[in-house]
Amino acid sequence: MIYNEEFETMPREALEAIQVRRLQATAARVYNTVPFYRKRFDEVGVKPDQIRTLDDLRKLPFTYKDDLRDNYPFGMFAVPMDNVVRIHASSGTTGKPTVVGYTARDVQTWAELMARTLMAAGATKNDIVHNAYGYGLFTGGLGFHYGAEKLGASVIPISGGNTRRQVMIMKDFGPTILTCTPSYALHMAEVAEEMGVSFHDLKFKAGVFGAEPWTEQMRQEIERKLNLKAMDIYGLSEVIGPGVSVECIEAQNGLHVFEDHFIPEIIDPKTEEVLPYGTPGELVFTTITKEAFPVIRYRTRDISILHPEPCRCGRTMVRMGRVQGRSDDMLIIRGVNVFPSQIESIIMETKGVEPHYQLVIDRVASLDQLTVLVEVNERLFSDEIKNLQVMGRTLEKNIRETLGVAAEVKLVEPKTIQRSEGKAVRVVDKRKL
Amino acid sequence: MKVEQISIFLENKAGRLAEVTRVLGEGGINIRALSLADTSDFGILRLIVNNHEKAKQVLKEHGFTVGRTEVVAVEVEDRPGGLNRILQILSQADINVEYMYAFVQQSGQNAVLIFRFDDSDAAIAVLRREGVNVIDGTRLYAM
Repeated sequence: MIYNEEFETMPREALEAIQVRRLQATAARVYNTVPFYRKRFDEVGVKPDQIRTLDDLRKLPFTYKDDLRDNYPFGMFAVPMDNVVRIHASSGTTGKPTVVGYTARDVQTWAELMARTLMAAGATKNDIVHNAYGYGLFTGGLGFHYGAEKLGASVIPISGGNTRRQVMIMKDFGPTILTCTPSYALHMAEVAEEMGVSFHDLKFKAGVFGAEPWTEQMRQEIERKLNLKAMDIYGLSEVIGPGVSVECIEAQNGLHVFEDHFIPEIIDPKTEEVLPYGTPGELVFTTITKEAFPVIRYRTRDISILHPEPCRCGRTMVRMGRVQGRSDDMLIIRGVNVFPSQIESIIMETKGVEPHYQLVIDRVASLDQLTVLVEVNERLFSDEIKNLQVMGRTLEKNIRETLGVAAEVKLVEPKTIQRSEGKAVRVVDKRKL
Repeated sequence: MKVEQISIFLENKAGRLAEVTRVLGEGGINIRALSLADTSDFGILRLIVNNHEKAKQVLKEHGFTVGRTEVVAVEVEDRPGGLNRILQILSQADINVEYMYAFVQQSGQNAVLIFRFDDSDAAIAVLRREGVNVIDGTRLYAM
């Protein structure tokens, strides 16, 4: 089902005409209201009135996360503070967080996009949404909350944490749509099992999972264990929060980017050259309707791919592939680019179970050493030493053959790898570089 | 005629084995036989206990990975050549022993050995045909 048929299924020519008009307006506005953008535009010698076609977007300069940090907290806002009704911030792993603002209209836009998102995942006003994304400065909780209300669904604003209580509420309230990070979804499945609660007795029909990278194998695991259809959602606070793109339940094949609000590009992260559709690279977004916090060609550092082919759900919006990793989280081990999600896929493909794993990278005698810790659960366990040893060696072989990097696989006891109820800790890099 | 064995995955870290015995002790579970197989990184503890259901439950509650396997308890004459006779029977029937260990208690004048076979049913059939006594689970847990 489609929430906003007019825009979501608009013919490409009409959509592109709207994009050009909105891009021109955004470029003019940031040039006139945000000193940072005026300076950047001037440095590359471009004026807003030189934007005549969509291709002219390439004339505009990129915006980097460091730019947001340099203008902390409100320096990138394009409206006076009395027009700002909401402030969010994303957790900075180092230093200050990234701060974003919303006008009243931005909040409405966001709610509309999240209503589209939920409906793309099969939700209607008759559904009960169990929203286990964190509420607070993080955009996940409130983003889903406003979208669910806009749709007219009933929302349970449970936020993250206290998993046993969440399971009890799922049993008692009978929610039909689950929204949380994929790792938390699997964590809930574990806790429910410990409590003797089966998801097959709950009423969930679909879930919208995002805010961290995950794999196709993890989707199958979630769908099997939680007995629901699992959709991937993409978003980042710098662009709007969740609601930049989402998979449709009809195809579950790529995330439709809401192009009437955001223009996506894929670039080579090193040369910054724009890449054609179908080529993997770093996602770049330009917002074309945001008022308080517009961004021009924002470098997301997320690695993905864009597919223009029409989708059977009827949406005309371009689809982005599942995020394959981060151009900055990318590990370079003995000169080879490695994304943690690749290791996850290998474990899933080898053993057919969702792994709890952690990559530990160390430098021994000036050589990088990769150790992959894998928790032995009941489905991996055997009473015979040789079976476990063969499993470890098979994983090592598959990692070596797929990634071109030697790894040592170490089997560890359950629950020894650090869990977090939000994002999973997948990498420990001990190298002192 | 088979016997339930539980097996537990253990990392080679100080205190892990003691944690298992603590959990079992507090659960009122008596260990009837055990064997520990180890590698440089991890080990597998195999146990025959008086109440395997309860043992599995309390171990899982404490976060251990627990497996269940069917093994075979065989009476072996307690004299030179006693074990050899059993192994000859198995070898001639082309039955492979994955691992084996001894049970603490004797059965009358005989020792008791726990065997893990690939094909327990075939092994039991061959042994009984040769007049070897295979001990039933219920009798063994109570010994």
